[in-house]
Amino acid sequence: MKFDTVIEDDIDILVCGAGLGGTGAAFEARYWGQDKKIVIAEKANIDRSGAVAQGLYAINCYMGTRFGENNPEDHVRYARIDLMGMVREDLLFDMARHVDSTVHQFEEWGLPLMRDPKTGNYLREGRWQIMIHGESYKPIVADAAKKSADKVFNRICVTHLLMDDAKENRVAGAVGFNVRTGNYHVFKSKTVIVAAGGASNIFKPRSVGEGAGRVWYAPWSSGSAYGLLINAGAKMTQMENRIVLARFKDGYGPVGAYFLHLKTYTQNGMGEEYESKWWESLQEIVGKEYLDPEASHLSHRPIPTCLRNHAFIQEVNAGRGPIHMVTMEAFQDPHLEEIGWHNFLGMTVGQAVLWASTDVDPKYENPELTTSEPYVMGSHATGCGAWCSGPSDLSPPEYQWGYNRMTTVEGLFGAGDAVGGTPHAFSSGSFTEGRIAAKAACQYIEDGKAEGIKISDEQIERRKQEVYKPMETYRVFRNEITAGSVNPNYINPRQALDRLQKLMDEYAGGVTVSYMTNEKLLNIGLKKLKMLEEDLEKVAAEDIHELLRAWEIKHRHLTSESVVQHTLFRKETRWPGYYYRGDHMKLDDANWHVLTVSRRDPETGEYTMEKAPLYHLVDVDKDKENAA
Amino acid sequence: MPTFVYMTRCDGCGHCVDICPSDIMHIDKTTRRAYNIEPNMCWECYSCVKACPHQAIDVRGYADFAPLGHSVRVKRDEEKGVIAWRIKFRNGEKDMELLAPITTKPWGSGTPQLREVDAPSKEQRESQLLFNEPKYIRFDEGDIHTLESNGLEMKQGVNY
Repeated sequence: MKFDTVIEDDIDILVCGAGLGGTGAAFEARYWGQDKKIVIAEKANIDRSGAVAQGLYAINCYMGTRFGENNPEDHVRYARIDLMGMVREDLLFDMARHVDSTVHQFEEWGLPLMRDPKTGNYLREGRWQIMIHGESYKPIVADAAKKSADKVFNRICVTHLLMDDAKENRVAGAVGFNVRTGNYHVFKSKTVIVAAGGASNIFKPRSVGEGAGRVWYAPWSSGSAYGLLINAGAKMTQMENRIVLARFKDGYGPVGAYFLHLKTYTQNGMGEEYESKWWESLQEIVGKEYLDPEASHLSHRPIPTCLRNHAFIQEVNAGRGPIHMVTMEAFQDPHLEEIGWHNFLGMTVGQAVLWASTDVDPKYENPELTTSEPYVMGSHATGCGAWCSGPSDLSPPEYQWGYNRMTTVEGLFGAGDAVGGTPHAFSSGSFTEGRIAAKAACQYIEDGKAEGIKISDEQIERRKQEVYKPMETYRVFRNEITAGSVNPNYINPRQALDRLQKLMDEYAGGVTVSYMTNEKLLNIGLKKLKMLEEDLEKVAAEDIHELLRAWEIKHRHLTSESVVQHTLFRKETRWPGYYYRGDHMKLDDANWHVLTVSRRDPETGEYTMEKAPLYHLVDVDKDKENAA
Repeated sequence: MPTFVYMTRCDGCGHCVDICPSDIMHIDKTTRRAYNIEPNMCWECYSCVKACPHQAIDVRGYADFAPLGHSVRVKRDEEKGVIAWRIKFRNGEKDMELLAPITTKPWGSGTPQLREVDAPSKEQRESQLLFNEPKYIRFDEGDIHTLESNGLEMKQGVNY
């Protein structure tokens, strides 16, 4: 290979992926490790990378303990209800008790948080959300991370974690390549914090051409959080819990501010309220414990997101679409109209472009909504990710093995999408998780846990061969054909992505099958994923940009296999509206009130699945146990 | 939307190449100007549009659902700390200008240098506290929340 090998040695804390989780990790690591060597490896440019690259118009996770608004346990109960009980409440409580200190620092750094002119408190969009002018959210937090890090390596696609050759199951760094120069980069590090992204683009999108880029989660979120961790043998949890979003049609513009702040609401194609008619039949699937509209109405307890999706999907399938967002009332107020537009410009410009191009003025026309293709991630209203240790003062024994946010691989930590069981962290919670992981990683080093790490030249060389194999495949076989992209010896990354999306859609519950799957379908899906895995050994990259796409599809593939294995394991329909197990159409608390945990053996590729107990936060005073 | 680049305005400076989160703004070898090499991996995030010093990059809505004849333009100014948008509809009837702040501080001045703050004590290291805590949690004398302080316990099983 003509590419140089660049070695960065003696790193204490390596942050892989610097979106909100990674910037939080790098920032905080400097405080607890003022003498430590902190390095960031980021696939893009940290000023505009990750899911917050284009900005946010709200911070969706803020307790407001300072204003007497909520306590951490209130947020845990909310996330528990929304995810049908399946969350890591120790990790959630921990995130929630720290998140306000993160947000207060953001304000000090110059992030414009809106204030309520009457009370002086932050302007609430909903119980947990505060409104911000967040176009520059990412460059502001990136600035904090840059000041803390010794070195920031932009444009490094991390492909693999390095493992210690002296002690089994201990991390030793990471490798990847520079997307500009093509050089091979080796990072030797005592600890690694994986803060890479969740996965868009693993299920076939509703769009058919250019619009395939207008996915809900960023197209550059390539499931690398999971690809890296699974490949290192880390245990994963709740990977079946993919998320489907009800959003403005085609542009996938956010609806949160519309519902909560602008007080818009939905109706079917006939102009009728439609949700309530589906509650009775839905109660037969999930039970009254999980859906009690009367109690919800009285207590303002929200109806879980997946169940509202269910009503949406059923109403459309019954022939009464499209579902509209009723904006025409709110938009008569010029102030609210302006907020409605700013909301898109601050975080989903494409929705503004779409309305401008189709002459949809929400003041005079109620825009259409749709339900998206599924996404796999761990920081929005779902909790896919690694099985991580919780904090020593909160976690029961099954949830705790020494260091907060450490995966089941020693020295390997997670933040943001990488950590499983912690939904509703959003941007501020992900940054907070990064901070928590960084402190724990420093402690791990202080305790001498990273002594004696050895990385053999053989491992470094073996990974190098692997990294560039797609380019070698292209070089060897390209000239066997005259021109074009059809070659009997290889497929290109786009062709592989198309195949992945099609099979995940049809076998694992995508949009074209109305989110339905069953054991037979999932087993066929696994078989096809195995063949795709074999073909991915023959994926070809014409240039370094395609090499980037080749490694993204490999990470997406590992993520997808994990999703299918978990979906197969959980024999119930826990989240109607996210997906349905047609062969087990009911929620089954007797057998499945548990978290699912998996491990893929990196040597054999074999999966082992297990159930982990669910612990819930309850009031010590039993009389208050049901207070939500 | 993908983004596209006006031939007469681009000078091939590469600011867009440097910032694009999706690695799809590249310099064309023949014209030595930037272009979008992979429109179906473009999120319309406008990072390149905002970064371009010549306003050479614009967006044309995704061909599979957005008709021609619209415009969403932007100018972001770090010195003034504002971002200005102009939205023009296809039918020409709606033309909006919107302005928003992007920061409350002189650009780049608000973030701290943690190398220079006092090192944490052993007690802090052994606690659950993060940097600036407990002060920044509530700005009062209160400590961090624990199970004990909030009257909670973790209980295994089905609890609604």
